[in-house]
Amino acid sequence: MSLDTSKIADTNSGTAATAKKPGKAGAVAGWADDRLGLATLMRKNLRKVFPDHWSFMLGEIALWSFVILLLTGTFLTLWFTPSMSESVYEGSYSQLRGVPMSDAYASTLHISFDVRGGLLMRQMHHWSANLFIAAMFVHMMRTFLTGAFRKPRELNWVIGATLLLLGILEGFAGYSLPDDLLSGTGLRIADGLIKATPVVGSYMSFFLFGGEFPGDVLIPRLYILHVLLIPGLLLALIGAHMLLLVFHKHTQWPGPGRTEQNVVGYPMLPVYAAKAGGFFFMVFGVTALMGALLSINPVWKYGPYDPSQVTAGSQPDWYMGIAEGLLRIMPNWETHIWGHTISWNVMIPGQIAPFLLFGMVIGWPFLEQWVTGDRREHHLLQRPRNAPTRTAFMAAMVTEYGLLWAAGGNDILATHFHWSLNSITYFMRTAIFVVPPIVFYVTRRWCIGLQRADNNRVLHGYETGIIMRSPDGGYSERHLPIGEASAYTLTARQRDEIHEVDSDVDENGVVAPGTRAERIRAKLSKGMFADNVQKPTAEELEEARHHAEHTHELESGLDHPASGHEFDDHALRDADDVPLRQH
Amino acid sequence: MRLLNRPLGRLSRYRRGPLAGLLVVLLGLLLTGGLYAAFSPASASEDNSAAQIKQGHQLFLVGCSFCHGNNGQGVKTLDGNQLGPALVGVGAAAVDFQVGTGRMPAVKPGPQVPQKEQAYTPDEIAALAAYVASLGPGPAIPTASDYSIDHMTDEQRQEAIVRGGAIFRTNCSACHNFEGSGGAMPNGGFAPKIRGVEPKYIFEAMLTGPQAMDNFSNGNLSVEEKQDIIAYLQSLQDNPDYGGFGLGGIGPVSEGVFAWLLGIGSLVGVATWIAAHTARSSKQKAES
Ligand code: HEC
Ligand code: HEC
Ligand code: HEM
Repeated sequence: MSLDTSKIADTNSGTAATAKKPGKAGAVAGWADDRLGLATLMRKNLRKVFPDHWSFMLGEIALWSFVILLLTGTFLTLWFTPSMSESVYEGSYSQLRGVPMSDAYASTLHISFDVRGGLLMRQMHHWSANLFIAAMFVHMMRTFLTGAFRKPRELNWVIGATLLLLGILEGFAGYSLPDDLLSGTGLRIADGLIKATPVVGSYMSFFLFGGEFPGDVLIPRLYILHVLLIPGLLLALIGAHMLLLVFHKHTQWPGPGRTEQNVVGYPMLPVYAAKAGGFFFMVFGVTALMGALLSINPVWKYGPYDPSQVTAGSQPDWYMGIAEGLLRIMPNWETHIWGHTISWNVMIPGQIAPFLLFGMVIGWPFLEQWVTGDRREHHLLQRPRNAPTRTAFMAAMVTEYGLLWAAGGNDILATHFHWSLNSITYFMRTAIFVVPPIVFYVTRRWCIGLQRADNNRVLHGYETGIIMRSPDGGYSERHLPIGEASAYTLTARQRDEIHEVDSDVDENGVVAPGTRAERIRAKLSKGMFADNVQKPTAEELEEARHHAEHTHELESGLDHPASGHEFDDHALRDADDVPLRQH
Repeated sequence: MRLLNRPLGRLSRYRRGPLAGLLVVLLGLLLTGGLYAAFSPASASEDNSAAQIKQGHQLFLVGCSFCHGNNGQGVKTLDGNQLGPALVGVGAAAVDFQVGTGRMPAVKPGPQVPQKEQAYTPDEIAALAAYVASLGPGPAIPTASDYSIDHMTDEQRQEAIVRGGAIFRTNCSACHNFEGSGGAMPNGGFAPKIRGVEPKYIFEAMLTGPQAMDNFSNGNLSVEEKQDIIAYLQSLQDNPDYGGFGLGGIGPVSEGVFAWLLGIGSLVGVATWIAAHTARSSKQKAES
């Protein structure tokens, strides 16, 4: 961890340690600095320190994918015609020559077949859209599982969630632009979702589509959303997200020398920038390879959108998959009152359930904060096992998501595994309620088990794998103490406190206001934390140390696997002796 | 009017006689039967010699009657399910399709009879077909002039492909998928992949509508339109995958799988590598 920082900057004072006589570039920089004060700002930020861990780079995948989306998307705008007016295709894709189609679709074919590099750009754009949202998901999961959302980063958590929602919306808008059979089918579903809104549904749909579906205004409208409005919002929010990141500084894993007050890692320049820059090229490379080698959204095969057509295998991009799954397994419930139909069969899966699920994940940090009443700042991350309830909740949500995903692809499952569509539907209807709780329970117990194992390591050392036979024939495994650093890392966490209701009556013997909420809070607190295993106390640790020293009088403090000679007379013998095991 | 009315009037006196109803029904039946025989695409008898029909019946009794009945009348199980449907009127084309693609003779009941190796020689199939055709009029086996697209010039073929694509997307892709990759049907059934099926069987499938598939008679989709579809399916087969590896031609599901497993998978791998790389070198530095 000892990085020689003298090469990067050697002064903290107001004047930069630069050459005495500035050259031409220096003069320009100086001129700019006098007016913008950039040097001071930059010096501070260029020496910003970033900790190193693979999971801290997941957000970067999303960031770089967004950059790729901007680049490839701009290329596409040069040829794309966002119009639904109809013309007869005369381009070079012979299978559709002479077919009437919208200009949007025709221009997508044009990009694919007649623009040099156009198909590559389209495919890269689409793959990076899929990667962008997937990366946001895994990034969010990492933030969630490590408790990185805790104070002071709550706002950034909300910004991140908004980015995710906007990203999905942006993706859906883009998916709808080429006006092929699948995008039209997707829009038809969107139309259905809108129309399922009680009372105002039809009006909203007519307003959006400029009349009866499909109308002829939607694609120009979506285009503005897709290339201007949402990217603008995304850009602004990403900016805010990054600013807050720099402002709060990055979180880090606990370890020796890492506290709530510092950040241990590499400075922005040169190490981190080089790494991040390199990572951009990696992301770009993977996207380019996928765009070049793997077909995505082959719109020419789908054909132009025609409301009278549909195809087997109609699915949205993966990030809309759970909405599709919900729709597919929903029983056909409707209520008729006063000549109106309330379509529960569309409203619940389309308008309520996805947002409910999403809201639960977004809301969890706030629930947790309320329950713990923890208002301290946290810059050290938690290992997922040390927040068993939270980790289990995420595991359950991921399971739910996966099940709904599978339900959205039920036809593909049916044909590829020779299952019955009907059975899949019945199975899923039950599974989405039954399986996540089971996963929740198992994950929670698993985490608690891991916590126990950690405590054992701290107290009794690690298992060496060395089996000893005692003179009276009994076998036992030897343990060796772990190093100070590991012990520190394992115990560098706070104890969970369980909230209790002080007293439910005030001094006059009247039920105090807010008692009900307090009781709920206490119950939740107990449910969330009571079963957790707390780290050993200092006395326990002392006692264990003492005990260990007493048994084998070894103070090796090994973190690597034991060589196997800790308990024999190997060290006493000649070096020429054949070692028992290589190490 | 009068002239005409008189005999009719006389006839109408017997209108309510006991035999009149029967007579009318008989007349009607004769008429429709005759008309049907005259206009139906399949004139069952003629070229099918009696011997062939007899041979077919023998084969049928051995291989098919267990499920379809000794006279092709169909067999019901005790609980009311159909072991095999009645084959009266399904026509020679249905037999040629079912036996030719190896679906029949079915081996065991199930949601859908799978395809197997052909169990009969072409001659035997022809005999079976002749026999089933003799049970009642139905579509005859199409000839090469019906389903072959070899006679088309390149230009005609191009036009046929374009028309065929439109017909295919309107009538077939709902079950068979945009690329003919197949799709799921309720209760464990499925519409099979139809890229690469022989033109004759494509034609017969449309003509006879096997299982859950609709029947596209020649009045519904003309012979030319069927040829257009065949030309289109052929072109799907011939086309290169412009975008690269096609991921099975089943739409966005496989794209999502690749985005996660390949895309996110490899990028997380890269991230781990980048993060681990410096950590390792710095550790060595720190130790040395
Ligand atoms: C094990 C039972 C079984 C046997 C044996 C069997 N079939 Fe079938 N057959 C069926 C069933 C069931 C169907 C219904 C179609 C389906 O489910 O695919 C059927 C359908 C058919 C059809 C299509 C009917 C239509 O409406 O288009 C034809 C033709 C046919 N069978 C001919 C034969 C011939 C010829 C044989 C003997 C070589 C034979 N089958 C043997 C069970 C059987
Ligand atoms: C309602 C759904 C449906 C529609 C629409 C439909 N099919 Fe089918 N098709 C099926 C099913 C189901 C089968 C499988 C029947 C079986 O195995 O007994 C099938 C079988 C076939 C086969 C036989 C494949 C083989 O491997 O032997 C061909 C060819 C075929 N269809 C072509 C077409 C064409 C061409 C159209 C459009 C004109 C069409 N189908 C429309 C459901 C459909
Ligand atoms: C601000 C930058 C962006 C611009 C200028 C842009 C532009 C475009 C254009 C013109 C199209 C239609 C062209 C075609 O496919 O033939 C398109 C399609 C698409 N866009 Fe974007 N886009 C941008 C950002 C995004 C983002 C951030 C996403 C995803 C979250 C996205 C997802 C899509 C998708 C999925 C398609 C469909 C592509 C296809 O059919 O192959 N775009 N985009």
